Amino acid sequence: MLAGHQTWKFVNPPVIVSTATVVGPEEGKGPLGDHFDIVHEDMTLGQDSWEKAERKLMEEAATLAIENAKLTKERVKFFVGGDLLNQIISNSFAARTLSIPYIGVFGACSTSMESLALASLIVSSGAADYAMAGTCSHNCTAEKQFRYPTEYGSQKPPTAQYTVTGAGAAVLAREGDGPVVTAATIGRVVDMGITDPFNMGAAMAPAAVDTIQAHLRDLGIEPDHYDLIVTGDLASVGYKIAVELFAKHGVPIRKTRYYDCGLMIYDLDKQPVQAGGSGCACSAVVAYGHLLKRMRAGELKRILVVATGALLSPLSYQQGESIPCIAHAVAIESGVDA
Amino acid sequence: MDWMQFLWAFLVGGAICVIGQLMIDVLKLTPAHTMTALVVVGAIVDGIMIGKKSLYDRLIEFAGAGATVPITSFGNALVHGALQEYKLHGWIGLITGIFEVTSAGISATIIFSFIAAVLFRPKG
Repeated sequence: MLAGHQTWKFVNPPVIVSTATVVGPEEGKGPLGDHFDIVHEDMTLGQDSWEKAERKLMEEAATLAIENAKLTKERVKFFVGGDLLNQIISNSFAARTLSIPYIGVFGACSTSMESLALASLIVSSGAADYAMAGTCSHNCTAEKQFRYPTEYGSQKPPTAQYTVTGAGAAVLAREGDGPVVTAATIGRVVDMGITDPFNMGAAMAPAAVDTIQAHLRDLGIEPDHYDLIVTGDLASVGYKIAVELFAKHGVPIRKTRYYDCGLMIYDLDKQPVQAGGSGCACSAVVAYGHLLKRMRAGELKRILVVATGALLSPLSYQQGESIPCIAHAVAIESGVDA
Repeated sequence: MDWMQFLWAFLVGGAICVIGQLMIDVLKLTPAHTMTALVVVGAIVDGIMIGKKSLYDRLIEFAGAGATVPITSFGNALVHGALQEYKLHGWIGLITGIFEVTSAGISATIIFSFIAAVLFRPKG
């Protein structure tokens, strides 16, 4: 089960029997727009606060994922979820609506893979036949909590990132059809002393590289084991730093395709997103919407999704503290004979 | 009409904005810190006397709206009010005079904020 220092290699690989993705208008206009299940044209989703809108995204994604798996919510034994808001209210309140036994987790934007790794562990260990992982983020709630109220119209530097409005959920089963989760690497907290919350990509890149190196070392594999390795939301600034760090540490990342979800979800030349996408939903909707669809279509066989998170709070950076970061990696396979 | 007045207003006002932009981009100050720092700078510049007039007053004479529109003129107005009242009422004037000249701007801010708050529901 435990491989190396920090990797779980699942003996009974849990099957991702269904996923669901719900996004906002900007994501719908992006290059992956057709791959999402629901695209909302209205950022408010008809709610009277951004927080309620974010919660609704999560509820819709979770409900749809259960429907897609042809299950009822009573059969899904555990829901592992988290988000960016204080006290992870979006997921906790969505779990109130879903009334599925709930494990709330926080890993900032790495929550997508943190929740998937934990749900996989639950199913693989036999603790449940079905478990669901989910996460969400909303541009306006994130701006309000971490930066400035949107009405304030504050300027953003080009290194800033655009928080994805969306939610993704995945239902895991002990048996069934679909891609399987073969391994997960839980990251260490890495802090390189960056204090600028408008440059999260640069802060998170070393954490992503650290986790990918640990994953390859623990499993004794090379990057070309995977058809594709994606990081969660490093965006253009962090992606470049990650590529440089791979070269510096002698990781032959060029043997495979390496990309970043924050660069895939938007058209950076046409959409006003500065360095690219960020937020829990960034890696969640790209992985659950786009990448898993490509796996089911047989275009990809083995992928490694490395969700990156900046573990800051508004209070910690206002007090001048640096930004600790983390990354969790989940390996997914489809159509590979064991 | 003195067309050069327009040019100087444009250049001086623009230069003050460039300083503000550099404070945000290079010094990484928040917009709020940038604004308060520029108010303090305006107040200090108004305290520097050259002959009978302060440095900021001379800048206003030279650049007109280029010096009165940017936020630095608020610092200038704070000091002006305080000194004016000081001359009339002594030390207590420093306290009572601060909002003497700026009261129009502050009252307008409060009134228009109130109207905006009544009419709109900000969601942030």
